[in-house]
Amino acid sequence: MKGPVTLISGIVPTPALGVPAERRGLLLGVKGWAGVMSAFITIAVLVPILNLAVPPDSAFHLGDYYVALGGKIMCYAICALAMDLIWGYTGILSLGHGLFFALGGYAMGMYLMRQIGRDGNYQSDLPDFMVFLDWKALPWHWTFSDSFVIQMLFVVLVPGLLAFVFGFFAFRSRIKGVYFSIITQAMTFAAMLLFFRNETGFGGNNGFTDFKRILGIPIAQPSTRMVLFVVTGLTLIGFFLLARAIVNSKYGRVLQAIRDAESRVMFSGYDPLAYKLSIWTLSAVMCGVAGALYVPQVGIINPGEMSPAAGIEIAIWAAVGGRATLIGPIVGAFFVNGAKSWFTVAFPEFWLYFLGALFIAVTLFLPHGIVGLFRKKTEERA
Amino acid sequence: MSLRLLLRWSLVCLVAWLGSGAAHALTAEQARALVAGEAETRIAALNAVLPNADEKTVALIQAIADDAVKYTDDAVYVMKDGKGYDPVTGVQAKVPANAEDVVNNNLLRSELDTALAAIKLFSSDDKVRADAVKTLQGSDADEAKLPLIEQAYAAEKVSHIKDALSAVRSALLLASTDKAKRLEAAKALGASGSPAVKTLLIERAKVETEPDVRKQIELALQSIEGRLAWGERLGVVFTGISLGSILLLVALGLAIIYGLMGVINMAHGELMMIGAYATYLVQNIFRAHFPGAFDWYMLAAVPAAFAVAALVGAVLERSVIRWLYGRPLETLLATWGISLMLMQLVRSIFGAQNVQVENPSWMSGGVDVMSNLTLPFNRIAIIAFAALVLAGVALLIARTRLGLFVRGVTQNRRMAACVGVNTSRVDMYAFALGAGTAGLAGCALSQVGNVGPDLGQSYIVDSFLVVVLGGVGQLAGTVVAALGLGVLNKLLEGWAGAVLAKIMVLLFIVVFIQKRPQGLFAMKGRSAEA
Repeated sequence: MKGPVTLISGIVPTPALGVPAERRGLLLGVKGWAGVMSAFITIAVLVPILNLAVPPDSAFHLGDYYVALGGKIMCYAICALAMDLIWGYTGILSLGHGLFFALGGYAMGMYLMRQIGRDGNYQSDLPDFMVFLDWKALPWHWTFSDSFVIQMLFVVLVPGLLAFVFGFFAFRSRIKGVYFSIITQAMTFAAMLLFFRNETGFGGNNGFTDFKRILGIPIAQPSTRMVLFVVTGLTLIGFFLLARAIVNSKYGRVLQAIRDAESRVMFSGYDPLAYKLSIWTLSAVMCGVAGALYVPQVGIINPGEMSPAAGIEIAIWAAVGGRATLIGPIVGAFFVNGAKSWFTVAFPEFWLYFLGALFIAVTLFLPHGIVGLFRKKTEERA
Repeated sequence: MSLRLLLRWSLVCLVAWLGSGAAHALTAEQARALVAGEAETRIAALNAVLPNADEKTVALIQAIADDAVKYTDDAVYVMKDGKGYDPVTGVQAKVPANAEDVVNNNLLRSELDTALAAIKLFSSDDKVRADAVKTLQGSDADEAKLPLIEQAYAAEKVSHIKDALSAVRSALLLASTDKAKRLEAAKALGASGSPAVKTLLIERAKVETEPDVRKQIELALQSIEGRLAWGERLGVVFTGISLGSILLLVALGLAIIYGLMGVINMAHGELMMIGAYATYLVQNIFRAHFPGAFDWYMLAAVPAAFAVAALVGAVLERSVIRWLYGRPLETLLATWGISLMLMQLVRSIFGAQNVQVENPSWMSGGVDVMSNLTLPFNRIAIIAFAALVLAGVALLIARTRLGLFVRGVTQNRRMAACVGVNTSRVDMYAFALGAGTAGLAGCALSQVGNVGPDLGQSYIVDSFLVVVLGGVGQLAGTVVAALGLGVLNKLLEGWAGAVLAKIMVLLFIVVFIQKRPQGLFAMKGRSAEA
């Protein structure tokens, strides 16, 4: 297999034809950078001040609930962004991204479980569920679980490696379209069954929960939560800029060409395998990172995150916001999950009706999502 | 209770005179020995009277087993409707106030049951005899019953009861004190194939001291194990075919729709669920209004399940899916949305709990093919049903005008439209047909599994894999893939457990697709996109 590097530097049509000049060097337009800066200020300055410094009885105080919700949704937004890269820009719909998200989450969860130390219910060095299963020692895949650095490497490597191997075989045999979607769904389904087993060593259907510390610092204390929130936000912004750089590069343009007419790309002398495989792996790694950020904030990870339903929901976030735009998936993740937390409290019966209707309505009436709706409006005005 | 008693009494009356009139009349001493004293002496008395027990003896034993006997120091009374009768003469007698109840301990109780079973071996009713043999097989009868069993064995005419009796006889002989008898018994037991005999032999091998007999027992064990292994293998293949036929029912509709429109219908599982709930409703109607015809409610449920699911499918096609042609990934998401709504709808109407769908009585039970292999009727019915549905769909596709159109549109949509096929109408009919077969699958599933809002979710991933593996455009691919996956799944399950089996099957499919990206039976074509 040819390395992706040689391919990227291969023959590429004249870059950035038809792209506004301002985007070429600067990644974003003036408005875009202003948006990124304001998002940065909101996340890194405004929210911490409003939550921590402003007294709770003040009208400007931001409740812990909203910080937690915001942090959670930003993790989802990273997933939606990853989904957008693979689906919106490359035309490959993955229903297995829930698995990569959960794998990242489990890698973080293993570390957090070890951080509990002897404070668990059984006062053992082993995590509670292992004591419960009457295990005497850590299984082999927990060898490095007390090292933060190595587990963080796993957050990237495990989803990345799985995606690479799976993608290599799938793309090599040119599985595409709904076939690929179905196979990825089967993959996450099989993994879910595997993680549901107690013997697998990941806590069975209860998964991991009851975390106490991260890096020795109590995890529930407001400042820790705020740090996690800010890190998540900055990661989201970082991934957004990365995605921007990718889709504006030559490489990104080949991806979009693959989406629009893969056979023509092949006939023009490109090998789509390396392109698809690299963006697929990157997308999986992004999901893994999102999962790792998600677990300490939400405080639980279980195989439910790998269910086919969870995987397909990621796709709907991207679709609702608007595929093939980068801001769209983030908007979509906030919109759908905001609606979810409102519905499940106010009308729990109707949440699935709403979600189902959203799937149908977006595919039928909003092919470009919410962002497309606004674009159309501004174009009409112009 | 009283009904059961009555039955038991009438059974006893059915019992013929034992042997050829060699029975001795019950004496008062025997009656007394049976009811009074230590358990051991009573058992000895029981075994003594058993080989030539007469009608009255049998009645007394039955009465003892039913706790309907009282006794005093010098008399025994069989109690019936509050009155006492003398067991020997049958004359009604006044029961003195100091008469005690006869109390049986567990040991005695099992002895009494065995004794009664041994007596029932002489019933003229085949079923009673067969039941009696079964009871004897389950009990730990001892050598004392042997003469009785020998007698019954000699008199038995029905071959399967005779076989079972011989097994019981050998089991008793195996515990005999006579070495030659044990040797003979071990030889005879080797011809059996039941797990119970296997444990019996293993138990005996542990305590056997004679090397010859030991060797014979080991030989017998080997031959039994060989036979049991066959039973197990056949059982795995059968459950595999049963799973495969369910997958076939589920995947058939999916494959038609996917082949025709390139649409993966994520709501397929929910159409199955609708079929299952339709079956549930028909069942309720039959229970409420035609309880006499309850066994035949499936005759109404099958068309009802098909019709309801097909109708829902047609509505979905007209309202949602038709607008998404040429955008398969969007269709996938939209149909997922539909499935969420359908699931929630059913939850709102019927509740989140599973509902009870009862099998018609002719579907319960099964055929005993081998001692460790029973084929349940409901599974057999589903295999037959799947074959029928397959035949129906195959005929429809191969022989009718609609089938011709479906094949034409599957092969080349534009060309079919050019020669005047109303492709959009064909789409609708085909979608309704696919949905209808999903309804049939749901109807079938309601007979073997739980019916709840999540019914569709458990089979849907597997059936997608069937479609992926089988390829589209030809029913043969779906059939081979469904049965193959079903059997493969069950084989691996026996070897590695259910979850690992699923994962291995998935890996197998991913590897398989490397070789044949278009599935087992790909349509031949020259399209670059294919």
